[in-house]
Formats: sequence, structure tokens, C-alpha cells
Amino acid sequence: MIKKKGLLDFISENTFIHILLSIVLGFLVGAIFLAVMGLSVGAAYGRLLNSVTSLKGFSYVVVYSVPYIVAGLSVAFSFKTGVFNIGAEGQFVMGSMAAAIVGILLPDLPKPVLIPLCFLAAMAVGALWGVIVATLKIKRGINEVLSMIMFNWIAFYLSNFIAGIPAIHNTGSAEATKNISANASMLFSKDFIKSAGLAPTANWGILVAIVVMMIVWFVIEKTTLGYELKAVGSNRFAAEYGGINVNRSILTALAISGALGGLAGALQLMGMGGRISVFSSQEGFGFAGIVVALMGCSNPFGVFIAGLFYGALIYGGSKLNLVGAPTQLINVIVGTVVFFIAISVIFRYVKFLKKKPKESPRPAAPAPGKEVAEK
Amino acid sequence: MTAFVNSLGIILYATLVYTTPLLYAALGSCFSEVSGVVNIGIEGMMTAGAFTGTVVAYFTGNPWIGFLCGGLAGAFFGMLHATATVKLGADQTIAGTAINMLGPGIVIMIAKVLFDSTDTIPLTATQKIPKLFTGAFDTTTVFGRFMDNVFATYASTYLVFAAVILVWFVFYKTRFGLRLRACGEHPQACETLGINVIAMRFLCVCLSGFLSGLGGACVTMTISTQFRPISIVGQGFIAIAAVIFGKFKPHGALIGCLLFGFCSGLKVVLGGSSGVDMQLLSMIPYVVTVIVLILFVGKSHVPAANGKPYVKSK
Repeated sequence: MIKKKGLLDFISENTFIHILLSIVLGFLVGAIFLAVMGLSVGAAYGRLLNSVTSLKGFSYVVVYSVPYIVAGLSVAFSFKTGVFNIGAEGQFVMGSMAAAIVGILLPDLPKPVLIPLCFLAAMAVGALWGVIVATLKIKRGINEVLSMIMFNWIAFYLSNFIAGIPAIHNTGSAEATKNISANASMLFSKDFIKSAGLAPTANWGILVAIVVMMIVWFVIEKTTLGYELKAVGSNRFAAEYGGINVNRSILTALAISGALGGLAGALQLMGMGGRISVFSSQEGFGFAGIVVALMGCSNPFGVFIAGLFYGALIYGGSKLNLVGAPTQLINVIVGTVVFFIAISVIFRYVKFLKKKPKESPRPAAPAPGKEVAEK
Repeated sequence: MTAFVNSLGIILYATLVYTTPLLYAALGSCFSEVSGVVNIGIEGMMTAGAFTGTVVAYFTGNPWIGFLCGGLAGAFFGMLHATATVKLGADQTIAGTAINMLGPGIVIMIAKVLFDSTDTIPLTATQKIPKLFTGAFDTTTVFGRFMDNVFATYASTYLVFAAVILVWFVFYKTRFGLRLRACGEHPQACETLGINVIAMRFLCVCLSGFLSGLGGACVTMTISTQFRPISIVGQGFIAIAAVIFGKFKPHGALIGCLLFGFCSGLKVVLGGSSGVDMQLLSMIPYVVTVIVLILFVGKSHVPAANGKPYVKSK
């Protein structure tokens, strides 16, 4: 039977549409929660929209997004190469601290030297964090998820420890590091920010994020290295049979992924924070990177958009308490979005809506049809 | 000598208290992983259990009802995870990540509605899980005080050690356990023998949610007295780590949890008095784990079909 592709077929086959539908459903579930709590859905979502669409609000969103985008690229890169970089959190923390140390101890270097140096330090330490895990996996067969969880915590406490060292620690009362040198800061000049009406933390980090996105895309899609890494990611044994050194690939993949995670930390520090606090619990930028990578389908451009979206939700969400809605609503919305992306296979069944109910649906989906049809 | 015995008693006490929640969650993780479903949503399930347990105990005044409801809240999120991964063949990592956002997100929102704060109201002593054997030992002697420190502990701790034995028995000595393990190794072979792999895995993931929920409830109903957004942070992942450390066996997970629990206990006891830096002290469990892995454990056998959605052939 030959039939024309209709709208329903289009909806059921297009990944981008699936993600849009997931986002819609996420907001729908959020609305249900708001309604149950007796809050005005219009007021809350209106507030969310308002706070991210003004020029100042949007500049906040861009600033917030940068670390999410780059952390997302780190995780997405690992997904493409068949490793799950749940250690982005640790790489982020270590990268951030490495950049802080350089930015505090070498304050007099000129901007064009100091900023790249901070980036390099962050990427090197992030890569090191990835390489340690990869080495443990290759040499001793230690499960990478387990060692990454350990190294996330080691990074967390190590960062807190370094922040307490006298040469690094804040001279004031704050439980934090000193501020990094102005020469390591990526902020726009105060006058420019004021005259343009941007957020006080407006910086050019987003340009770095765009460059990184292009490079990641280029490496994955256009180089032999990317081809090999992807081959290992899709079928380790076939890749090995084809003459690819699988162990070296894992090492390279985790080193690059780690470097990106570290860079994300540096961007957060040099763009927004300016110093690192002593934290009582993990900040979760790396875990957010996982969410962003998933929402962006591990595609560099998708991750960029997803990062902006996530940044908008986080920034907009921080304004929700002004209308009495809890900030946590954002987690519920994003959680629902990710959940529906996970089960996006259900959207493929849309096309069976128009068929006779007798026919048993048999798409290429990896799920037994019956349960889904009942939904 | 007396001081040493006292300290030892307190360290052992703290070890047991900190091991308990991890162990519940780790047993849960065992069920899920061994049946072939990766469950990184343990963290979210624990948070749901922690909140529900305290709130129900606060409103009913009965810690056991609270404890049970904590488990059920975890089971609810386990069911969500099972529906996505087992019934719909979703990517298990993605679904688990979603659970980790949904669990805390939903309960903290409910906390805001109920208490107008992200923290719950602290439980009173009778609303907490009761301690067993208090007053059973003569605390005037050194030995008695040691026994009192170690054994006059929360009922949930005794329960979890019983649970380890039970789970071990179920895994290795019952038909159900054999089938469960087979589902994680070779689901196709199971299906040909008439085992319903889908139902089996669904049940195991729900059970893993239930146990994680109990673990979460233990945190807020024994170690602390109230739920706060940072009550659980990271413990779910530590439980998963303990299971991988223990090579996906309940008795192995026990050792992993004891290791983390002991280090947490040590931190609590040494933290105040000694001159050791708190941050470095806190790092010990993770460094020790890595060292133990390098020296002794090495490669762990992951259930062969772990992480792969099972597609029933038609």
C-alpha cells in the first residue's frame, strides 16, 4: 500500500518534533501542578516569559546558558563516542578551580595572555580528570560510571580544600576564594553594559561557546578522529575488527570530553562568578550538562539551543517566586521534558491514530505495541 | 583505654547509622541492575522517600506508617521508570536522569505548599524511627557503654541487615532469584523458557524504587529529623557506586556501603576534635574506594543484558 506522507506521519517520524512535543508536555504538566497548588498558570508562565524576553532578561539568559551549553557539549561528545560522561560535574569543578588559581596567582599578565592561559589550565585539568578515569577503565577494567562518581566527589572536596588555602582564600569574611584578576575576567566594560542596558554580568562567553560548538561539530562529523570515535561508540567490536584501537579511542574521547567539562567551569568562573565559594553540596552544572545533552539529542547545534532553553528556564525560574510559584517548578518541567524525550517512541504511534483500530501497530520502535496503544 | 573504647563505640554507631540508608538503596539498585535495567534514578527515588516518610510521620505521628509510605513514594517513581524503560523501551539513562529531576522537583514543590518552606518541620523523638535495646545495657561499665553505643540503634538498621540476608537468599536460593538473574544475563533465553521478562523486570524496578524510598526515609527519620532539599544529595549515586563496587551482589554491596558508612562515621567523630582538615577528611571514602578498586576489585561482571531494552519477539 503506497500512501502519501501526511502530517501525522511527519509528526511520528521527526525527532525535532518529538522534542518540541516533549517541551509542550513538560509545560502542560507544570501547569497542572500550578493549578493543583491553586496558583495562576497565566501569571507564572507570563512571569517566566516576561523575565526572559526583555533585552536585559535575554542577556541574563545568554550569560546563564554558556556553562550549560559547554557542559552539554562535553556530555554530548561522550555520548557520541559511547561513553557516558557522568563525571562532567567533577571536570567542571576542577576546571573552574584551575582557572581560578591561574587567575588569582598571575594577576599581572595582560588580558590576551591570561584569559587563554586560564582556559588552557581548565581544559588541561578537566582532561586529566577524564584521562584518570579512562586509564582506570583501560588498565584495570574499572567501571567508568563508578570511578566518575568517585572523582566527582573528590573534585568537590578538593575544590573546597583549595579554596581554604591561605594564598587562595578570600581575605574578607566570605567562605570563598579571592576574586580572580580583572585581567582574567570576560565581562564587558561597565560603561558598555550600562549604556546598552544589559545584565551586570554580561560577557563574551557565548562567543566561546559558539566556537566550541563549531569545533565539536567539525571534529565529530568531518575528521578521521571523529569517525573512529563514533565507530567505537556505535559498535566497539566492529570498530576493533576494522582496525581501530578501541582503548586509545576511549582515552581520547574522555580526554576531550573532560577538557570541555573543564572549560565550562572556567567560563562560569570568568564570566559570572569571579570567585569560587566553599559549597555544602554539589552545584550540579555537570548534571545539568547531561540534561542539556539529552534535550539537544547530542547534536552540537541541538545542544546549543537546548543550553539556551535551559538557561532561560533557570533564569526565568529564579523569578517565579515573585508571583508565589516555587522555583522548583522548573525541575518538574525539565524532568517531564526529559522523561518524554526518553519515551519519545510513543510519539511514533501518532500515525496509527488514523488507522483502523483492528490493525496491530508494528513500527520499528523497540517496544511491544500493545501497551503503547492502550495509552 | 576507656576513651579508646568509647570512641570506637561511637564510630561503630555512626558507621551503622550512615550505612543503613545507603544499604537500602543499594539493595534496590541490585534488584534493578541484576534484572537488566540500569537505574540511575535511585537518587530521585530516595529524595521522594525521604520527603514522604517525614511528612507522613509528622502528620500521623507514627514513624512506621511514614517509613512505609516513604517506600511507596519511591516505588511510585520506580513504576514511572519501569513504565518508561521496561514497557516502552526507553533509554534507561535518559529516563533515570528524568526521575532524578522529577523526584526532588515534585516533593520540594509539595513541601512549599504544605509548610511554606522547602524544609519540613522537624520530627519529635516519638515520630522518628525508634531505637531498639535502649537501656538493655549497663552503661556504668566501659563494656556496657560500648555495647549501648553500638547496639542501641535504630530499628531500621536491624531491618536492613535482615533485608541483606533475605535478598541474598532470594537471589541465590530461590527459583525467583534464578529467573531474576537470568533476565539480566540473557532475556531471550528466559522468554523461550516461558519466563515473562517484561513482568519480571517491571517488578524488580518497582522493588528497587521501594527500597530506595525506604533508604531515603531512613536519612530524614534517623540521621536528621527533617527533610531539606540537600538531605539526599549524592547518596543515591553512592549507593549505585557501592553496588558496582560489590560486583552487583547484595553481600558485595553490603561491604561497599559499610566502607562509605564507616568513612562518614569517622568524619563525624573526628570532625570536631582532631586537627585534620574537614574537606580532606570528607574526601577519604572516595579516595579509598578508588584505591580498593585498583588494588583488589578490578573488573566487575556487569549483567550481560544490563542497559539493553528487551524487545519481545513476536
